[in-house]
Amino acid sequence: MKRLSIPLLAIVALPLFTAACGSGPVVQAPGAPAASTASAEDKEWTMQNKNYASTRYSGLDSINTGNIKNLKVAWTFSTGVLRGHEGGPLVIGSTMYVHTPFPNIVYALDLTKEGAPVKWKYTPKQDPKVIPVACCDTVNRGLAYANGKIFQNQLDTTTVALDAETGKELWKVKQGDYKQGQTITAAPLVIKDKVISGVSGGEFGVRGFVTANDVNTGKQVWRMYSTGPESEVGFPGSEETWKGDEWKRGGGTTWGWYSYDPELNLMYYGTGNPGSWNPDQRPGDNKWSMTIFARNPDTGKAAWAYQKTPHDRWDYDGINEMVLVDINIKGQPRKVLANFDRNGFAYMLDRKTGELLMADPFVVVNWATGVDLKTGRPIENPEKLTSSTKNTKDICPSAMGGKNQQPVAFSPKTNLIYVPTNNLCMDYEGVQVKYQAGQPYVGAIVVSHAGPGGNRGEFIAWDPTTNKKVWGVKEGLANWGGALATGGDVVFYGTMEGWLKAVDAKTGAPLWKFKTPSGIIGNPITYIGPDNKQYVAVLSGIGGWSGIGVAAEIGAEDPTAGLGALGAFGDVGSFSNQGGVLTVFSLQ
Amino acid sequence: MTKSTYTIAAVLLLVASCAFGADAKQFRVCADPENFPSSNRKMEGFENKIAEVIARDLGEPVIYIWWGQRRGFIRNTMNATLKEGRCDVMIGAPAGYDLVRTTKPYYRSTYVFVYRKDRSFQLKTLDDPILKKIKIGVHLLGEDYSNPPPVHELAKRGVVDNVVGFDTFYSAQNPPSSIIDAVASGKIDAAIVWGPTAGYFVLHQKIPMAMVPIPSAKTDLPFAFDISMGIRRGDDVLYDRVEKAIDRNRADITKILKDYGVPLLDRKASAK
Repeated sequence: MKRLSIPLLAIVALPLFTAACGSGPVVQAPGAPAASTASAEDKEWTMQNKNYASTRYSGLDSINTGNIKNLKVAWTFSTGVLRGHEGGPLVIGSTMYVHTPFPNIVYALDLTKEGAPVKWKYTPKQDPKVIPVACCDTVNRGLAYANGKIFQNQLDTTTVALDAETGKELWKVKQGDYKQGQTITAAPLVIKDKVISGVSGGEFGVRGFVTANDVNTGKQVWRMYSTGPESEVGFPGSEETWKGDEWKRGGGTTWGWYSYDPELNLMYYGTGNPGSWNPDQRPGDNKWSMTIFARNPDTGKAAWAYQKTPHDRWDYDGINEMVLVDINIKGQPRKVLANFDRNGFAYMLDRKTGELLMADPFVVVNWATGVDLKTGRPIENPEKLTSSTKNTKDICPSAMGGKNQQPVAFSPKTNLIYVPTNNLCMDYEGVQVKYQAGQPYVGAIVVSHAGPGGNRGEFIAWDPTTNKKVWGVKEGLANWGGALATGGDVVFYGTMEGWLKAVDAKTGAPLWKFKTPSGIIGNPITYIGPDNKQYVAVLSGIGGWSGIGVAAEIGAEDPTAGLGALGAFGDVGSFSNQGGVLTVFSLQ
Repeated sequence: MTKSTYTIAAVLLLVASCAFGADAKQFRVCADPENFPSSNRKMEGFENKIAEVIARDLGEPVIYIWWGQRRGFIRNTMNATLKEGRCDVMIGAPAGYDLVRTTKPYYRSTYVFVYRKDRSFQLKTLDDPILKKIKIGVHLLGEDYSNPPPVHELAKRGVVDNVVGFDTFYSAQNPPSSIIDAVASGKIDAAIVWGPTAGYFVLHQKIPMAMVPIPSAKTDLPFAFDISMGIRRGDDVLYDRVEKAIDRNRADITKILKDYGVPLLDRKASAK
């Protein structure tokens, strides 16, 4: 096998971190509490990524570096569903809300009672045909809460509002048609009186859109598309980057996370890969696929849009979450949007103007040698272009991304962003007979494999002021679970083997771990229970793209199954089995 | 009969204990519920008919596990999480399709040009200069940016701007027939379609249509494929039984394919 020309990123030693800390850039996430003091809002966990800035940081510090060795299981709860459990629970007052993959059950658990019994359970009535007809895997990334209501997106594109006290359906609307390949897996986000939802199905030419519905009635307020004419996109520049009317099946789906800056009144999200044409059949930049959008949540109009990967050839689906941090860059205080993209670059943008401030690789990247900060365009490596009729070896990162949907955390105490990353490269090689819709065709074999070093994942701490790695903890499997940073200077993350791990926020030193019943691809949370104790909770349940081999019992004998995921993860089954369990921890 | 299949699917969990015993005698087929003329829930497709022929030969009733033939098809049928939801056989699988074990091929077909016979042009190869001028409809396949092989080769020849995509996420709103209907109505001048998909609709169109196999040049991807049955990997007993059943029923199977207008190529002549 050809050697990679780019060496493994050196693990930057501690002195750099100390230096960064000593120079003391003022780092504050909007809406986040002042450093090291837990605020009243830290008692609860009311949004998937904790706050509008998506920092996944809680000031709670009862559990800290000094006592975490005493962290033990307090109680557990089986969701009754197998398959991948992404996202995490919400805690509102003394109730915890837990969601499941399809059939998208919602449980309300009473935290005031021993063992947290079920207060109510909601099982949506989805057309049973959605499963055979729906395009994608059956994951769901969680619930949203506002004003006594729980909001949920369901696989068949239903958005529903439930009474948080009783679980009663208050309203529901259909956002799309699963018979056209549209599904929803993303969590909604409530901004003011609107609930914001995206759509999945990019592999099937679904034209991505974002919808705002009234929180009280479900009535659609606006819908904006990723591709097409300005009147439907809320921003110019898309239509002319497609041939003919191919923007109508242009992809750019919106299945990731949503952030919001109340001061600028802008919401942020990323769009996915362009439609299902082979790249040769969709010449042009294919805007606004692979794009970071900043939109006014009242009107849907975009203030700016920045395309990360024009004319995508690698499936670097650009939907990863946007973390909003206020930091000094080159001595200047900036309102920054940080995005760790599937394509391997960490982007730092001015979130008011969309100006690109920095873009540097956070994993091994060789499809591009860098990003031109003036034009914003990647400088592509002609040797790493893909084609289904040509062999291309060792493209890094793989289509699974330098980081996938698992969200990062940012601690205002350490000024670091904690990033669960994948160390995966891919080969597009040979030709293989494939089959779809009753039609045989010939496609490239996409095989993902471990990048340099052989470890498939690394949990890293990233300094957003310099756009450099500070430390990293190598993981055998890819990091497919999200991060949680706390005021106790403890950072939590789950692994595909099923470990929930805690490391020192400053050094990455391992502090604690526990093996949950199944692999973790969900996101840990923390809260204060009615007994005034701090708890940490995480869903385990292997699945999603990386865990599909276990979830569907595909053996490792076919490395190209699961869109190349099994080449890299054929052995997951030896570490973990299917499951669907919430595990809750506290100090004993 | 749709109702009975539904019921079978619905009570699958209940009967699983007996259905999955060592004595299970059911011919369990993985099929697309909405992909006529290949297969559908109403059992109208040629693959439904072929399944009946094989099952009758084996003396077993046909049970269907329905799933759209796209990313996740095998994962959710033959390799389904719950053993009760699994099936064992795909009636049409290209020879060498890795996710299953394919039998000896039982027919060979090809991608074809389809256009109205009353048009002033004739299409023979992808190098016909007229292809740069007329509106050509093609199917869009998902996954890994792969498309039907002739479409790749068209792009290589610089035929891009006048190509129109048709979805293959089939449903009532968007059936496989729509690309042939578009040729008939003049919305497009010609279509490039997989023969077995095109054949039935061409046969039943009121407007006479030409259906011409597309030859692939030396440097092109193949446009013709051998079609086998796909058997769940590991079930060697069933594999042998199905292969023998195919051999015993070749004449009946070929008749079904011809009745559905499937363009058949000589398997020996074209094997390379």
